[in-house]
Amino acid sequence: MTVPDSQGHFGMYGGRFVAETLIEPLEELTRAYEKYIQDEDFLAEFDRDLKTFVGRPSPLYHAHRWSGKLAGAQIYLKREDLNHTGAHKVNNTVGQALLAKRMGKSRIIAETGAGQHGVATATVAARLGLECVVYMGAEDIRRQAVNVFRMKLLGAVVEEVTSGSQTLKDAMNEAMRDWVSNVDDTFYIIGTVAGPHPYPVLVRDLQSIIGRETRQQCLEATGRLPDALVACVGGGSNAIGLFHPFLEDASVRLIGVEAGGLGLPTGRHAAPLSAGKPGVLHGNRTYLMEDEHGQIQPTHSISAGLDYPGVGPEHAWLKDSGRVEYVAVNDAEAVAAFHDLTRTEGIMPALESSHALAHVMKIAGQLDSEETVVINLSGRGDKDIETIADMEGITL
Amino acid sequence: MSRISSTYQALRQQNRKALVTFVTAGDPNPQVTPDIMQALVRHGADLIELGVPFSDPMADGPVIQRANERALEQGVALANVLEMVEQFRRFDSQTPVILMGYLNPVEIFGYEEFAGTAAAAGVDGVIIVDMPPEEAALLNRHLRARGLDQIFLVTPNTTERRIETIAGIASGFLYYVSVKGTTGGKQADALDVSEKLRLVRSKTDLPLAVGFGIKDAGTAAQVAGYCDAVVIGSALVETIHIAATAGADIAAEIGSFISPVRFSLDKAA
Repeated sequence: MTVPDSQGHFGMYGGRFVAETLIEPLEELTRAYEKYIQDEDFLAEFDRDLKTFVGRPSPLYHAHRWSGKLAGAQIYLKREDLNHTGAHKVNNTVGQALLAKRMGKSRIIAETGAGQHGVATATVAARLGLECVVYMGAEDIRRQAVNVFRMKLLGAVVEEVTSGSQTLKDAMNEAMRDWVSNVDDTFYIIGTVAGPHPYPVLVRDLQSIIGRETRQQCLEATGRLPDALVACVGGGSNAIGLFHPFLEDASVRLIGVEAGGLGLPTGRHAAPLSAGKPGVLHGNRTYLMEDEHGQIQPTHSISAGLDYPGVGPEHAWLKDSGRVEYVAVNDAEAVAAFHDLTRTEGIMPALESSHALAHVMKIAGQLDSEETVVINLSGRGDKDIETIADMEGITL
Repeated sequence: MSRISSTYQALRQQNRKALVTFVTAGDPNPQVTPDIMQALVRHGADLIELGVPFSDPMADGPVIQRANERALEQGVALANVLEMVEQFRRFDSQTPVILMGYLNPVEIFGYEEFAGTAAAAGVDGVIIVDMPPEEAALLNRHLRARGLDQIFLVTPNTTERRIETIAGIASGFLYYVSVKGTTGGKQADALDVSEKLRLVRSKTDLPLAVGFGIKDAGTAAQVAGYCDAVVIGSALVETIHIAATAGADIAAEIGSFISPVRFSLDKAA
């Protein structure tokens, strides 16, 4: 069975569950994506932007001291934190903005939770001279004031969303409503591998640069493929980007780490693959955090970037097929990993990425010192220092 | 013949347009919804669309979003909405009732279970806003098996080929969304509506209803000439909300709001 099928189904997951008004724009986007993803000029321009604007390739760094301290496998970090704007998000926004330009769209909209995708979108919109509106929940605006200001400096309009739980899922609802109302001139840059077809494949293909580079860099550094890849999963774009080029390599163990929040038994988490069930939200069928009546549940994670009740449909498929293992790490474990890497390697990881680090801290002891583990360091932690200070009762 | 088809047929014979009214189930509270449904019929509604509350109503504007939130705060679930229909049916065996909402509550309920329970409760049709025909085959089969109509939306940007696809799977009537936007948004342009409806009409014999952006007697009359039914939603939901908040007589306020719309539709016909 090839996935996805022509309508974006990964087995029973994915698809296109949207209001009729969005069908034609999604068809238009699918046609453009299918055309340009094979178009040499487009790919050359994307490649050039990734090199000269984003700063790719991002290095694969051997964390010697941390590996030694954990006394297990050799740990390598894929340094997406070194990208322009500080996270993997920009790989996708650069690509989608180029697509928007070729499709003749003059206005860009996006949703954002922590603000990383919003900043990455505002950045590419500024560069291409496109109008940009970013939807952000009122609650997140309060928590992420610095990123809000960053987006405004870049010329974006940040629209406060006060409906529902006033977080990322509601921002996505509002972006969809904007798109429905302005389909003719507007391009919606979704920030993760979720949403209606073709977004899950489009974002995956744009983010797969992470895995392709890792493969080559790992072969150069160690002479063989890695034994395991580990990445955090919110919507799941950095994880799919890293995993996808390795799906056929049965020897490579793939581990996705969800946000366990205050612990899975408390229900206060953002781990739909670990503790949710299949349903339909935001245009696709996938694992969701929902109650027994099908209402979407509030989520909790210390990391705003993982604080989402759904997950990309390809992850749902990879979970059911067993190709990827999904686990959850709670807030406290992620914060401990944040401190540990910062002190041991002089690299301050994003709280999102710290979930992946925390899981490796748990399993490193079971691994042989000859084994290689690559962790996707999907973003840098500067944005999170206020959260850390808050936790420790420090006022900055 | 289904209640929906016979209602449209009767109105057509009288050369009248159908008035379709949308209210959110459980707003302002679950107890009053069956009374609201009866008041709608008393004041001239021909069909009732009952909104099933959902936490993430992506296709709705602020008015219906808030109505969803108010209903959910009181714990209104799909099963409760079906109970409301059952109650309404004790007093009204004629007026078609159509559930309108999003897929996930139906998904969790289970398609077959939902079709059976809804039919037993006296539901006549279902509109699932985020379920285009491409994804609808399985649910559609269960609904048909229970004699329920699945109603689909057609929009200004639906291509000619898709209109054919939609007409092929839909039953009951087609719901033409007159604007690109959410419920309760900008007003429809009657000329654009008439052109597109002519195209839709050439593809199907199903009755055509027009909704989104129709807020009063004037806007209803403008589009009535091109279709078989007009749908009025957000403006009605807002009227009920204001009446409930003010402690006014909701049924009487519904009457003041609906009667002129009914009057203008009958005059337009």
